[in-house]
Amino acid sequence: MQYDNKKSQTTTMLEQILKKIRSFGIPRIIIILFLLSLWISAAFLSIPFPALLSDTFVRLGMNTVLTLSMLPSILVGTSLFFGLPLGIICGLLGGVMSIELNLKGLTAFFAAIGFSIPLAILVGYGYGLLLNRVKGSEMTVGTYVGFAFVSLMSFGWVTLPFKNPEMAWAIGKGIRVTVSLEGRFSNVLNKLWAFELYGIKIPTGALVFLGVMCLIMGLFLRTRTGLAMQECGMNPKFAKASGIDVDRMRILGTIISTILGAIGILTYAQGFGFLQLYEAPMYMGFIAAAAILIGGATLKTAKISHVIIGTFLFQGILVVALPVANTVATLGSLAEISRIIVSNGIILYALAQKGGNE
Amino acid sequence: MERNGRSVLEMKNISKEFYGNKVLKGINLSVQEGEIHGIVGENGAGKSTLMNILFGMSVIHSTGGFEGSIEFLGKPVRISSPFDAMALGIGMVHQEFMLIPGYSVTENIKLNREITKDNFFSKILGPGLRTLDWDSMGQDAKRALSKLEMDIDEWARIAGLPVGHMQFVEIARELDKQNLKLLVFDEPTAVLTESEADRLLSTLRKLAETGISILFITHRLHEIMEVCDRITVLRDGVQVATKSKSETTIEELARLMVGHSIESVGKRKVNLSERKTILKVRDLRVLMPGETVQKVDLDIKEGEIFGIGGLAGQGKIGIANGIMGLYDSSGSVEFDDKLLPLNNPREVLKRGLAFLSEDRRGVGLLLDMSVEMNIVAPAIEIHRKFLKDMGVFSVLDRSQIRAFAQDMIQKLDIRCLGPDQPVKRLSGGNQQKVCIAKALALEPKLLFVSEPTRGIDIGAKKRVLDTLVELNQKNGMTIVLTSSELAELRSICDRIAIISEGRVMGILDPDAEDAQFGLLMAGEYAVR
Repeated sequence: MQYDNKKSQTTTMLEQILKKIRSFGIPRIIIILFLLSLWISAAFLSIPFPALLSDTFVRLGMNTVLTLSMLPSILVGTSLFFGLPLGIICGLLGGVMSIELNLKGLTAFFAAIGFSIPLAILVGYGYGLLLNRVKGSEMTVGTYVGFAFVSLMSFGWVTLPFKNPEMAWAIGKGIRVTVSLEGRFSNVLNKLWAFELYGIKIPTGALVFLGVMCLIMGLFLRTRTGLAMQECGMNPKFAKASGIDVDRMRILGTIISTILGAIGILTYAQGFGFLQLYEAPMYMGFIAAAAILIGGATLKTAKISHVIIGTFLFQGILVVALPVANTVATLGSLAEISRIIVSNGIILYALAQKGGNE
Repeated sequence: MERNGRSVLEMKNISKEFYGNKVLKGINLSVQEGEIHGIVGENGAGKSTLMNILFGMSVIHSTGGFEGSIEFLGKPVRISSPFDAMALGIGMVHQEFMLIPGYSVTENIKLNREITKDNFFSKILGPGLRTLDWDSMGQDAKRALSKLEMDIDEWARIAGLPVGHMQFVEIARELDKQNLKLLVFDEPTAVLTESEADRLLSTLRKLAETGISILFITHRLHEIMEVCDRITVLRDGVQVATKSKSETTIEELARLMVGHSIESVGKRKVNLSERKTILKVRDLRVLMPGETVQKVDLDIKEGEIFGIGGLAGQGKIGIANGIMGLYDSSGSVEFDDKLLPLNNPREVLKRGLAFLSEDRRGVGLLLDMSVEMNIVAPAIEIHRKFLKDMGVFSVLDRSQIRAFAQDMIQKLDIRCLGPDQPVKRLSGGNQQKVCIAKALALEPKLLFVSEPTRGIDIGAKKRVLDTLVELNQKNGMTIVLTSSELAELRSICDRIAIISEGRVMGILDPDAEDAQFGLLMAGEYAVR
């Protein structure tokens, strides 16, 4: 009898553990196992572990705000924000303007954000109007709008009348494909209050910045407007019956996503050290989308925790995959190819799984 | 009835259970050659289930089949799919048209029964490539249409035809089938104009004369009386009566159709004439798909429980949805002596009206959200309640929300694990109570309640209705209750309006006779 009791207890415990695992999301567990296996092989290949972790933190700081830009869009019901290149271009324009005005350091960084926000509001509003006309196929339309806007801006970069010789093509008109931020706002956040712990460099400023962004987002979601936005995403009919203007909320959500995209690319650029113009913003949306999905979000629900967990896992894998592939496959461009396979494979996997259960 | 008396269809002792819920109890139906047999009943009386059994629809077989037996032309048959029914010679004219708009009349009539002839390729590659024989197909279509005495061009596209003609094309398609013995009409006149309906009825008679038997399902009693030889009345899955036309009257059918014996809940009588009119509706039109409101005038008195009844699809649901601004509407609505803006849900909620939607899960709730957030969400949006001021902005006041939700859970006896349980885990009755709590958080002066007991078990039904009566009596809240269940309306309402074809047919006392309710529901004018 006693034995039976014990057995049933262990089975219920097992069930509970299984339930916990399931609620955490099996795709996430698989990704975590993948990351762990990469770390272990890195250890065997004697790739220095602290350096890997430092890189992961730097990339977390660079990418989290971009991933965060997915959140308002998902919550308001317009699904993944594949219009991210629109926000990115607004951010790049802000960055270029700040260089043109010859600003330096943190001032340059925050001025760039300041310039890009009004642009992002304008662009986001227009994009929101468009999304309200294509309800149900926001992701497809968003992808193409993003691509189209990137191509359109390729003309823009050539013709915009920026004069600063740091950015201009040597032949005269237009801006170069990559603009170095050396001496401008390269690493301004990463170096702010940075310290070293067991050989791991912690980019405190960048982490604090992303913390503040997440905090503002969290507070916003707890306001009346934030709640109304979430109601629109969960059940537009409920929202309408509660007197909420669903279309207006969708535009608002899109604007916030666009602004976050603009801020996101500037934090990315400060860590990367360059502004990448022309075709570069094209595929940024997929990376951010994959990150939030790995974090456990679905096309309809997302939390701030999903943003942070997802970005950490996704960037962690990319950071460790490159040196591992480099050591394993020494032949020419094979490392680069395997890195592309890994990153796109994760994106595909994340999109196919769409995160854990509630 | 002076037919030769040969029986075409015998359905014997048919019973059907859906998940332990008996929806048909021992139905016996017999149809003779050339007979027009009418079937009447309220929504949910079992008419469509009976027809689904006759057609071997998969809903029947996937839910455990049925009891009883079916004989067709004297032989016992097993109908396990619509194809079996068609092979036997049973045809159906659907309520919603099953036509392809982009095809011509002929193509629709001959769809999947095309006449083909051989050509070079089909001889080599198989019959799938045979050429369509347009000429003989057109001739067939014309013949079928002329049986109906319809002057429709057989090459016209369906898309441009008037609704009435589509109905006739649908009938022509059934007639074109060679072995047709029995034709079922499911509410065929619902979408027709009066002259089209008359024409259809005379067509029915002509078809019957050629020896085809007809089952005619409708809720328009005068049509039944006009064409049918015999009439079967269903109510709550029971065969109440089968009578031949000469033995009965419209009034008797109406009474049989409604026929609930309801005990009134002993509601106090109020003298309504002294009360002030709180809601004055004039000329209301609402474009709600499937529940269009044509023209409704209502005066609702302060502090009453006003019932709105009628059959499904007649527009009773549209009234509350229209006034609350959820569907496009026009007309004039005055609330508390002030004109209420239409198509503006926010303003309507602000003025002190609230709505429990008939679509509880679709409109009434945020299924993934907690009980407490569901309760407070509209009040936060409309009245800026439950907010904590933080200087520049204000955030939700968690403790205030929790306290209010707990209070509501206790008062309305909402059975849940706690205020933070997602509402989708609650039972239907408890979800409905969450909706009521949500409406109460808005502190409304007038509450629209639509189908509050749909999909709720019997015990919970009573509790929901009791809660409504209590709100009315203790808080003096005016309640407008829309329901398909007449018994429910009669048990708690002070007055009941019956809606048919988007208009108010009449307003009755809850203890008026059954026949009067039945007649108004069937769209006949009041006998009074």
